[in-house]
Amino acid sequence: MTAVLRKELASYFSSPLAWVVMALFLALSGFYFYTNLSFFLLNGGFDLVRGLWQYQFVDLLQRGFFLLPLLTMRLFAEERRHGTLELLWTYPLRDFEIVLGKYLAALVVFLLMLLGTAIHPLLLLPAHAPLAWGPILAGYLGLFLVGAAFLACGTLVSALTDSQVLAAAATYTLLLLFWALTWNEFAVGAPVLWVLSGLSLFDRFYTFARGGVDTRDVSFLLLFSATFLAWTLLVLGARRWRGVR
Amino acid sequence: MIEVSHLTRSFGELKAVDDVSFSVAAGECVGFLGPNGAGKTTTMRTIAGIFPPTSGTVKVAGHDVVRESDAARRRLGYFPEHAPFYPELAVEEYLAFVARAKRLPRAARADAVRRALAACDLGGVRRRLVGALSKGFRQRVGLAQALLGDPEVLVLDEPTSGLDPAQKREITDLVRSLRGRCTVLFSSHILPEVAQVAQRVVIIDRGRVVAEDSAAALAHRVGGAALLRVRADAPVGALRSAVADLPGVEAATAEGDVLLVEVAGDEVRAVVSRAITARGWTILELAGEAPSLEEVFLRLVGSGVPGAPRHGKVADVGPDRGRAPFAGARGGGR
Repeated sequence: MTAVLRKELASYFSSPLAWVVMALFLALSGFYFYTNLSFFLLNGGFDLVRGLWQYQFVDLLQRGFFLLPLLTMRLFAEERRHGTLELLWTYPLRDFEIVLGKYLAALVVFLLMLLGTAIHPLLLLPAHAPLAWGPILAGYLGLFLVGAAFLACGTLVSALTDSQVLAAAATYTLLLLFWALTWNEFAVGAPVLWVLSGLSLFDRFYTFARGGVDTRDVSFLLLFSATFLAWTLLVLGARRWRGVR
Repeated sequence: MIEVSHLTRSFGELKAVDDVSFSVAAGECVGFLGPNGAGKTTTMRTIAGIFPPTSGTVKVAGHDVVRESDAARRRLGYFPEHAPFYPELAVEEYLAFVARAKRLPRAARADAVRRALAACDLGGVRRRLVGALSKGFRQRVGLAQALLGDPEVLVLDEPTSGLDPAQKREITDLVRSLRGRCTVLFSSHILPEVAQVAQRVVIIDRGRVVAEDSAAALAHRVGGAALLRVRADAPVGALRSAVADLPGVEAATAEGDVLLVEVAGDEVRAVVSRAITARGWTILELAGEAPSLEEVFLRLVGSGVPGAPRHGKVADVGPDRGRAPFAGARGGGR
């Protein structure tokens, strides 16, 4: 698995893609932090969590929504297009090592993106020491878990096609569905809404953004990622069994 | 080392490989020959463990490729058709990945990479990106990843396709240098290459094995008569009458001062030679010309199969089409 993970990281950082995605994410998160901070000060806010962080984390997640599918689109689609996947299959690697290696590589890039935004709370230190780190860490945990779910989603979609563009587009569609699932709450009955909001990735996030950690949300998000990765394994296995690349 | 027994592989309705059986002994280099679409790649992919057989079994170094897939894959180096590559990785970086993927012990990796680079003469480009290399170099990178870690079995799917004659030569020389050191199954639709490299040839057509033997024996089996060129210090007419009625001689025709003798088999050569020296003449030339592998091939997969409608392309000899008639494939040196 580390073989695949290292190869994927080398691939990410030797092509401009990962750098561009990281740079965009950092630039946008800086812009939103500046804007959110300005509003916070304009409103004369005193509660950092309610006045600043919850907006900042939601903004970060939305930027992640746009950028993360760009990280996963290439994972399998590119290998299938190049024909290198069949070469991977001739090495003594198990399918789960291939899937996990690729997924973890995307996760590492995402972690680096999040790490870059750590400068924002640090910037507040001079004015707000001592800073309450708990809610900030909760927000980052939420970002990481929901982002990981996005990446798992994108990994599955990438294994379904040999076109990177199609993989990105289909991932956006799928994620949008998970986002918009609960928007039209008046069109569905209460039981359906209960199921839909249970599946919504974004609704789960708001608790984290407000500085809370609910173990139900944590386990749901972990399970969500694991399910999509397991599906990816099944897709690969089925393709292999049928002998199609 | 490679045992393919009753291998069948279907893709939906299409039976790409139909009850194919053959084996490759340890240290042997076998050519796998057939027209495009005959089932070569499907067979080789099954051997490499890329997908399982629909029925039948394949064993690599004694390990079933389905049930003991891991053990089989550890002993195998595979060169996929068209040499797919990761354009964004440097040659050395890529091979280091392959060494890890093949689960070589950490201490052995650097050395294995170094030897694969040397074997394929890639030392000069080891820091270049694979995507920036010429086709010939990329093909060598593909071979290097197959060779890496000294696998017992090498399966090479058309390692020379798309290369110019000089590059093809480099690759066939490289494969020939492996003879005896590991077991090689090497596919091609270009006959002289196979004749240069392989000790034995398996010919496949429309998913079935149509012949399996040494190149020379195949020529016998199909061609029957081989041709001898005889020249002696005697009038060609006298030579003709001395040879024409010998057992095993089917025809003798004069061509200038050379007598062309069609014989039933190679053993007739000795009979002809004795008959000439018995008359006190000196033999100046006695050369055998077996039917070329290409003739054998065409007879086996083409008109030789009764009532068989042919594919558009029987043997795409590609850029070799214009070259002299397959000097390498002729049994002239026998």
